[in-house]
Amino acid sequence: MSITTFLIISFIKSAIVVGVLLTVVAYSVWLERKVSARIQNRWGPTRVGPFGLLQPLADGAKFIFKEDLTQPHVYKPLYIAAPIIALVFAITSVSVIPFGNWVNLGPYSTFLQITDLNIGVLVVLGITSMGVYGIALAGWSSNNKYSLLGGLRASAQMVSYEVSLGLSLVGVLIMAGSLSLRDIVDAQHGVFWGFIPRWNIFHGQTLAFFIYLISAYAETNRTPFDLPEAESELVAGYHTEYSSMKFAMFFMAEYANMTTAACLATLMFLGGWNGPIFGPVFLQDLLPVFWFSLKVFFFIFLYVWVRWTLPRFRYDQLMAFGWRVLLPLSVANIVYTALVVAWRA
Amino acid sequence: MFHLILFLFFGAICVAGAINLLVQSHPINSALSLIVVMASLAAEYLLLGAEFLAAVQVIVYAGAIMVLFVITIMLLNAGKEERTKDSRIAILVGVPGVAIGGVLVAWTILHRANAETVAIGALQGDPKAIARLLFHDFLLPFEVTSVLILIAILGAVVLASRPEAIARPHPSTPAVAETRELAAPGKER
Repeated sequence: MSITTFLIISFIKSAIVVGVLLTVVAYSVWLERKVSARIQNRWGPTRVGPFGLLQPLADGAKFIFKEDLTQPHVYKPLYIAAPIIALVFAITSVSVIPFGNWVNLGPYSTFLQITDLNIGVLVVLGITSMGVYGIALAGWSSNNKYSLLGGLRASAQMVSYEVSLGLSLVGVLIMAGSLSLRDIVDAQHGVFWGFIPRWNIFHGQTLAFFIYLISAYAETNRTPFDLPEAESELVAGYHTEYSSMKFAMFFMAEYANMTTAACLATLMFLGGWNGPIFGPVFLQDLLPVFWFSLKVFFFIFLYVWVRWTLPRFRYDQLMAFGWRVLLPLSVANIVYTALVVAWRA
Repeated sequence: MFHLILFLFFGAICVAGAINLLVQSHPINSALSLIVVMASLAAEYLLLGAEFLAAVQVIVYAGAIMVLFVITIMLLNAGKEERTKDSRIAILVGVPGVAIGGVLVAWTILHRANAETVAIGALQGDPKAIARLLFHDFLLPFEVTSVLILIAILGAVVLASRPEAIARPHPSTPAVAETRELAAPGKER
């Protein structure tokens, strides 16, 4: 493949992935509003388009046309940079996520992933760990005590839960023997006893899956761990002073992070794009993407479901749970997995 | 060629970040410049072929340690640094000293016959190679270092916990007993 072809294909893939990600972000907001409404016996958005499906577009237009307030007491350079940092890192982290198997487009055959790295998992963890600066700086530069408290809570919480999140993935890495997301999914191909898929969640990593799921909720600041923006105590936390498109960027970053966390859960524990493949050739190309999307949709739905079911943790409970429960459990899972793998080898 | 341009580009960003760290008067700007230095160093490692080191540099230094720096600055609400008048000794001794030091280092590197330099992309830094070094070739030093870090963690915990918190029984104990006593039947104040 020449350098020009490579650049063109990479550019097209990046454009498609970012476009799809932003669409998913917009429609997870719609899904959240619809599902929360049904849980509370309401209708949710119904006016704009059928089933309110055009509501995200209307919301986007509203965000753009709202007045962009910048309070006089903020520290302006960082106040403006903070939402950009949050959104950029949230979108970048999707760059190593594979969405499906090889597909053939005429003479070119390409993998449905922007790029495969031999340190793929670490890249996702690294980029998401940088995303915390957006929230921390937003809280500090707003020069407002509620924002500052929200920013401090967010950074402490994200640093704490990053540890158990990273450690919960180590078991999977030991089993796959690779840090490349493509290899990890390939290692989960096949079935046990003819019907149970060989996904890591059914392959000794059930505990790690639940640790990852809980830590991911804390990492993305979602209920029951949404203390950084706890509206009953902190107004709106770190984004209290933000309006219009700057607020929307934090909002989009949160949902983009949710999507990345859901993609990572699918790849690491639910076998990625593995699923029943049948039918003609074009269907065989499309089905892996369909299975992948279905699993990601399940996780996003779970996010919404949990948000409208569980109450918020108290701050000391949050810290105690992260350090005293999740961290020892994830370390125990690593030791157990390593022993089993060493015994089998 | 393309990699060399990228390498020089990130090197320039790294130096610019380091200079900005010294020039900025507000601590939070200095901390952010340090993050830029760390991240561009990670990019340099990546270009040299040490992928694992690059990822760990971002996760540990840029993503975790610097977050603690930023939290501390935010918590202490440190204000702007006070500028004194430029001291004469710094200009007379410091600037020529830095220049001489830089020239000496460059001269040594250029004129040493057996100086070891690394070509771009030449390092074997993929996770498997690093794992073999850490868990096979240098297992004992690696384990000894981890014990050392464990001792440091224990020391930090001991220093951070207040002595009365260790000596005193659980704080809720007397309160509960008192409440029970007050709530017991037949007791009136």
